[in-house]
Amino acid sequence: MPETFYEVMRRQGITRRSFLKYCSLAAGALGLSPAFAPKIAHAMETKPRIPVLWLHGLECTCCSESFIRSAHPLAKDVILSMISLDYDDTIMAAAGDQAEAIIDETIEKYDGNFILAIEGNAPLNEDGMYCIIAGKPFVEQLVRVSQHAKAIISWGSCASWGCVQAARPNPTRATPTHKIPGIADKPIIKVPGCPPIAEVMTAVITYILTFEKLPSLDSQGRPKMFYSQRIHDKCYRRPHFDAGQFVEKFDDEGARKGYCLYKVGCKGPTTYNACSTVRWNGGLSFPIQAGHPCIGCSEDGFWDKGGFYDRLTDVHGFGIEANADEIGKTAAGIVAGAAAIHAGASVIKRIASKGDDA
Amino acid sequence: MVEEITARKEEAIFVYEWPVRVWHWVQVFAILALGITGYLIGSPLPSLSGEASDHFFFGTIRYIHFTAAWILIVGFVFRVYWAFVGNSHAREIFLPPVWRRRFWAGVWHEILWYAMIAKEPKKYTGHNPLAVLAMHVLYVWGTIFMIVTGLALYGEGEGMGSWQNEWFSSWVIPLFGQSQDVHTWHHIGMWVIVVFVIIHVYVAVREDIMSRQSIISSMISGWRMFKDDRPPDDEDLRLE
Repeated sequence: MPETFYEVMRRQGITRRSFLKYCSLAAGALGLSPAFAPKIAHAMETKPRIPVLWLHGLECTCCSESFIRSAHPLAKDVILSMISLDYDDTIMAAAGDQAEAIIDETIEKYDGNFILAIEGNAPLNEDGMYCIIAGKPFVEQLVRVSQHAKAIISWGSCASWGCVQAARPNPTRATPTHKIPGIADKPIIKVPGCPPIAEVMTAVITYILTFEKLPSLDSQGRPKMFYSQRIHDKCYRRPHFDAGQFVEKFDDEGARKGYCLYKVGCKGPTTYNACSTVRWNGGLSFPIQAGHPCIGCSEDGFWDKGGFYDRLTDVHGFGIEANADEIGKTAAGIVAGAAAIHAGASVIKRIASKGDDA
Repeated sequence: MVEEITARKEEAIFVYEWPVRVWHWVQVFAILALGITGYLIGSPLPSLSGEASDHFFFGTIRYIHFTAAWILIVGFVFRVYWAFVGNSHAREIFLPPVWRRRFWAGVWHEILWYAMIAKEPKKYTGHNPLAVLAMHVLYVWGTIFMIVTGLALYGEGEGMGSWQNEWFSSWVIPLFGQSQDVHTWHHIGMWVIVVFVIIHVYVAVREDIMSRQSIISSMISGWRMFKDDRPPDDEDLRLE
């Protein structure tokens, strides 16, 4: 029987008072009422830590970098007290065969009871040879581990949607978790973002642990509590949007006054994430607050839509790479031109036929 | 035979009932408002200065867009209802008789007429077969596409739990990929409607002058006037 969270925390010299404060903070971070703090405390006192295997495919480690900066709860609390992070090749001490042995051991001891967290994704071309872990294609490790997991967390836009390594023409066929052939039929929680917000990552884990169930997900598999609203819905620059006050260029008066970034391509209106409420770096700021338009990094395909600074994004297909207005104006122009020519020809024909009649 | 035809001296047939005519002109203004405000939502006008609390300019543009959209939707739903209870001409654009050879022969003849190969146009009480096809594909399905994608985008603002979100956003947005893609296709849909309007207006004017029946005045008065006494060609194509 693994130790409970409380036991681990006490062993590390954390006082009961600090422990209860932590539970209140965790309840706050999850958006729960203060009445839930004792429930979280009770869960942590009685429940064993959840083993987590954190696998890395094609990725840039920005998810891990974000995760370790979580302030509420602190990443160290999550890693040391809440979960039993058995395998994470970026931050684990073990290496080589020892490290790989942990995967087998976890599968054996906690079959069907551990969480599989995936950072990055698996390339499928050339039998997965573009990403090799311990001498074998990553996709094989991923599929095998998924069959023994209780649930899967897809960290970041790589695991959730594909991200930059899946950008057209996607030479390695980098594929998000839920589209991997042979992936086990387990619940997949997508936590998209490049990277996801640190507090969102730790809160998803805290939720699973406290309530012993997965958070409720939207139609695309994202936790509703963080991805049910757009950046735009809670953006502090929204009044400028409704007023019609936009930044036209990055060095203009509007930019200095903090106007809406809609015209310089802000994807806030089409991006589901918690940046405008939870913010980043312990609630300090977020891209729009820093004067940069949202690039929509937690949305599927954000990397393949033309410029980040364009309001209208590109459409691909039929050999076209243009935005809706370019396509539409061309089509309307051709049709209007054809109608004008046709009208001219009709007039000539009518005059000519009248001439015949006469 | 010849006597029979000449005996049939029809000068006008009642075609468009008043609900169809009212609906047509309401759609004209709704589409005009939607097209202009929709374009401005994608490409906003130059920024306003002063305090944000002094203006609600972009909000007003969006408000007009949403209001016109509701008028268009209610009108369209009513028009579908009228296709069931109205006269046979009210059904024409919803159910082109694509299973009939004569319909396609009519489409082909109309193409020849527009290519200025056919010497004389046919005479129709309702729309000609090519017009029926264009209205069905571009207008009817174009409008359905705009209503579905539009409600999906509107549901995003209404938020999770709203019926627009449950019925439309929840499946339309993943179907296209993400919200930005739905915006892009909704925008392309606008251009499809623009193309339809250009063709529709041009052809209506041209047919009014060059065909054998009235077009524009019929959508105002409801009566189809004919320029000759020979029988119409679309009697067997009507859906009773």
